[in-house]
Amino acid sequence: MATAALSAAQPAPGQAAWQRFCRHRLALAGAVIIMVLVLGSVIGPYLLPFDDTYIDIMKRFAPPFTGAHILGTDELGRDVLARLMMGARVSLLIGIVAMVIAMAVGIVVGAFAGFYGGVVGAVLMRLVDAVLCFPTIFLLLALAALTEPGLVTTTVLIAATAWMWVARVVEAQVRSLREREFAVAALAFGSSNLRIMFRELVPNAVAPIMVAATLNVAKAILLESYLSYLGYGIQPPAASLGNMLNNAQIYLTSAPWLAIAPGVAITLAVTSFNFLGDGLRDALDPRMNIP
Amino acid sequence: MARYVLNRLAQAVMLLVIVSAIGFAILHLAPGGPLSQYAASAQMTQEDLDRVTKQLGLDRPLPIQYLDWFGRMLKGDWGKSYRDGDAVLSVISSHLGATLELMVSATIIAVLLGCWIGILGALRRYSLFDSLATVGAMIALSIPTFWFGLVTIYVFSVTLGWLPAGNRETIGDGSFLDLAHHLIAPAMVLALVETAMWGRFMRSSMLEVINQDYIRTARAKGMPEWRILTVHALRNALLPMITVAGLQFPTLLGGALVAETVFTWPGMGRLFLDSIGYRDYPVVMGILMFSAIMVLIGSLIADILYAVVDPRIRVG
Repeated sequence: MATAALSAAQPAPGQAAWQRFCRHRLALAGAVIIMVLVLGSVIGPYLLPFDDTYIDIMKRFAPPFTGAHILGTDELGRDVLARLMMGARVSLLIGIVAMVIAMAVGIVVGAFAGFYGGVVGAVLMRLVDAVLCFPTIFLLLALAALTEPGLVTTTVLIAATAWMWVARVVEAQVRSLREREFAVAALAFGSSNLRIMFRELVPNAVAPIMVAATLNVAKAILLESYLSYLGYGIQPPAASLGNMLNNAQIYLTSAPWLAIAPGVAITLAVTSFNFLGDGLRDALDPRMNIP
Repeated sequence: MARYVLNRLAQAVMLLVIVSAIGFAILHLAPGGPLSQYAASAQMTQEDLDRVTKQLGLDRPLPIQYLDWFGRMLKGDWGKSYRDGDAVLSVISSHLGATLELMVSATIIAVLLGCWIGILGALRRYSLFDSLATVGAMIALSIPTFWFGLVTIYVFSVTLGWLPAGNRETIGDGSFLDLAHHLIAPAMVLALVETAMWGRFMRSSMLEVINQDYIRTARAKGMPEWRILTVHALRNALLPMITVAGLQFPTLLGGALVAETVFTWPGMGRLFLDSIGYRDYPVVMGILMFSAIMVLIGSLIADILYAVVDPRIRVG
């Protein structure tokens, strides 16, 4: 009876995690903002009377709230809100796809390094250390300089400079999990190494992997904005949150609104994913107290 | 101690070899390879290309070429700029001063401000100040540096007219005050992210220390609170910050590149971007390798310093 009372008082682990997550109001706000941004960028462009690449020289540099141009127009008379929505679509897409690629690479490298340890682990993890020696922006720009810019290149390059953190997280998890009873049991049961790695160990590390994935999206969106702002990411006429700020500096005196909306959108998106990741970390494992 | 340092040095040398191999691979596996610049020129015939390939030894097996390249890098021969034929290392070193000036001033701001915010946040955990600082730090970490630079220029240069919008000095002036005046905005912009990072690390380090047994013991002995905080807590909480300084270094360098671009600051980051624009690959690769080596040496120094001040590291 005592055990029944105890278990009734304590909510199920999943429920407890959900409660902790909800207490993290900023994470919740982040999740809501992300949903708004996703909806806005997916549906938004269809609700506007303007096309994001439609050039209207007669109406260039219209300040916000000029007629139907809620956020004004840019140096070619294109509607800023339409470009912002399409830009957010591109930036979010890059952020999420780059995250998926970085996670896949990072999980595979981390799982192999953590499971086999020894020489294999040392070689793989030294490779991770070596890539981390390059400051991300320098590496990203050098790679971008050698390739043809575009949507696919930008996404792949961002993933190529972001997988190392994931590999570190997964390596540490797998290295400690492989000593646990369930892993040893699977081995005794005759499961193949690959099966143990990806069906037993990696799924048990899902909490830190999810946190890393969320923070990775934030990082990827930020990197896309840097790359496109500097002119080596998404190329005009296509819009991205970063390349909308490309010319903003030149028109800072005459048309400051061109700089405000995309910058706020990037900050909002990145902050939201960062808060969401923080909240997930607190919710899924209160012991993971890394700053 | 000597053993720890030697061990750490050996690791650094091994990392340097892998880092250089990555750099070499990037240059050679890229479409067109190291000669893509010449190949694009209409004046070069295939015959010329073949001759240059032979002259530069690019027809040899890749591992041999790598060893040759690595050996020349060690001797300080980093190749010549395509743009003006100057030695890559001297081009880099002529731009390094401006970058270091920016990085050092931003770090000073960030360490002072960040540590202060972090310590105060830890001592008054969950207070209004702590919550605001935590949220503020997260937002600061999420703002694109270049956009914050644009906002700073708009507010302080365009609207208020207090600070210059770019460059390192007014041409013809160049006095200390003029230099300092130009430094304020880029240093503040670069310091934003750094301050946030230092604040977060300082807070968690301080929180960890003030919950230790020896702090409770000191309190139980009736020691005055200020003495506990300064002598016992702060000294120990500041130790891990040495590691943070090492960890921060790549972010700091990357941030400097962006700040230099926005503020037309004549440093290494701007040189890097200009060189990319000119397809000046020797300089691009030189700066990429140089920045990686700086990071490597930075973390090596941080690790050794940490071992010097904290005996637990050496033994463990």
